[in-house]
Amino acid sequence: MALVQLANVSKVYRSLRGTDYEAVRGFSLDIEPGEFFCLLGTSGCGKTTVLNMVAGFERATSGDIRIGGAAIDGPGADRGVVFQGDDSLYSWLTALGNVEFGLRMRGIARRERDRKARQYLELVGLTGQEHKHPTELSGGMKQRIQIARVLANEPQILLMDEPFAALDAHTRAAMQRELLSIWRATGKTVLFITHDIDEAIILATRIGVMHAGPASKLKGVVDVTLSESERDRTHDRFVAAYREVHEMIRDEVAISLQRAH
Amino acid sequence: MRQWLGRLAGYLLGFASLFLIWHFASTWLLNSVLFPPPWRVIVKAVELTEEGVLGDQVMVSMLRISTGFLGGTLIGIPLGLAIGSFTVVRRLLEPYTEFLRFIPATAMITVAVIWFGIGEGSKIFLIIYTTVFIIIINTAAGVAAVAPNKIRAARSLGASRAQVFFFVALPATVPYILTGMRLAMANSFVTIIAAELVAANSGLGKMIWDSRMYMLVDQIFVALLVLGLLGFTTDRLFRWGIYAFAGRFSPVT
Repeated sequence: MALVQLANVSKVYRSLRGTDYEAVRGFSLDIEPGEFFCLLGTSGCGKTTVLNMVAGFERATSGDIRIGGAAIDGPGADRGVVFQGDDSLYSWLTALGNVEFGLRMRGIARRERDRKARQYLELVGLTGQEHKHPTELSGGMKQRIQIARVLANEPQILLMDEPFAALDAHTRAAMQRELLSIWRATGKTVLFITHDIDEAIILATRIGVMHAGPASKLKGVVDVTLSESERDRTHDRFVAAYREVHEMIRDEVAISLQRAH
Repeated sequence: MRQWLGRLAGYLLGFASLFLIWHFASTWLLNSVLFPPPWRVIVKAVELTEEGVLGDQVMVSMLRISTGFLGGTLIGIPLGLAIGSFTVVRRLLEPYTEFLRFIPATAMITVAVIWFGIGEGSKIFLIIYTTVFIIIINTAAGVAAVAPNKIRAARSLGASRAQVFFFVALPATVPYILTGMRLAMANSFVTIIAAELVAANSGLGKMIWDSRMYMLVDQIFVALLVLGLLGFTTDRLFRWGIYAFAGRFSPVT
């Protein structure tokens, strides 16, 4: 059975003026345990709306969302979320304090949570930065704290909303490599939102391409069967995968640009 | 350490120039008994200190300010948190806060004296009054300004709603509370002097009023000088306190 199931999900936002905006309509998707699923779409296509509903931050207007067969009821520690910006970090806590936050909230004893937090800080390469506050760290380091914070809580699923979009190109590439090795080491199920085709091909086992918004849903799903060494922008099979995905999303980019004007 | 010395040198230079300009203004520009030069004021201040008068008046005024300020802060923080957290509470209390905060404490002096007498009661009431609304409004604004992602992150890390309040909303609001306290402290100085000018048996404001009656201009200037120095020192102490104990809550300052 799929770990994450979205069946015929719709989300309608009501504005203050009373007009409705339908972000997604009839969205269906199954994600299997251990998958790295990238949801790819143009801006305004509703991909973040999908993630927010799976995270439990927003309720679906209609349709069914299940995690491990159970309907979701609000946010939960089984789904760890990594946000795009750094405003989710707690500026008054150190890197260590941020990483052990979830464990502290769940009543884990001090020694145990300290041990775990340090272990995950080491995994994301932040050993030696434990006692620094987020403001003292670079953008890439802050995203590492977010990732360590979520991993230390040991969720079933990682939900990542364009976590590397605000980083410079070199840091982004390094973070992508690290995330892949963490994913291989931990075997977590990942739902990763991005608008970057390259990023999706580097990371994903499957890529879901969304229609342009509004009232969006999946246009198609591409299996990425590249080996580790083939996940390189210059590799022939990488280029072929890029073409396939690009073919699918090209028209949607045009539509979304038209609608923006 | 070098940075600290540099800052101190800056302050000393600033104060020196202030006194220098004052000196020139009073000896050359407005040569009058009604505008004493700094050295005469300082001599008078030393005199009054030796007599014990100045110390007593300062203590009285500062005690009133600290009592009222503490009271206003302790009342204001929980109310501000409640207003910021619950829409129902905000609707219920907004008529009070938005109505009363436009009635200045100075306008309430007469009423305060009628209600609480000429002694400490009316002064402490007025300081609480002048403090409490600034604290409430800043605290409520702080709660409203907590980044939604901070709360979302906590919820998906397994925090309960109560935990979100105590471990996320509250610490995130601390910088706003401290800013409110700093502003309220400045207001307290204004209010206490106004209250003591109008109706009091003691305090720096009363000292200014009495000096006026006997045309003791030097003595008025002593009170003004002391007020300026007290305000400056209190604000520095406050900022120092923010750095030392709560710096981690407010990386912006």
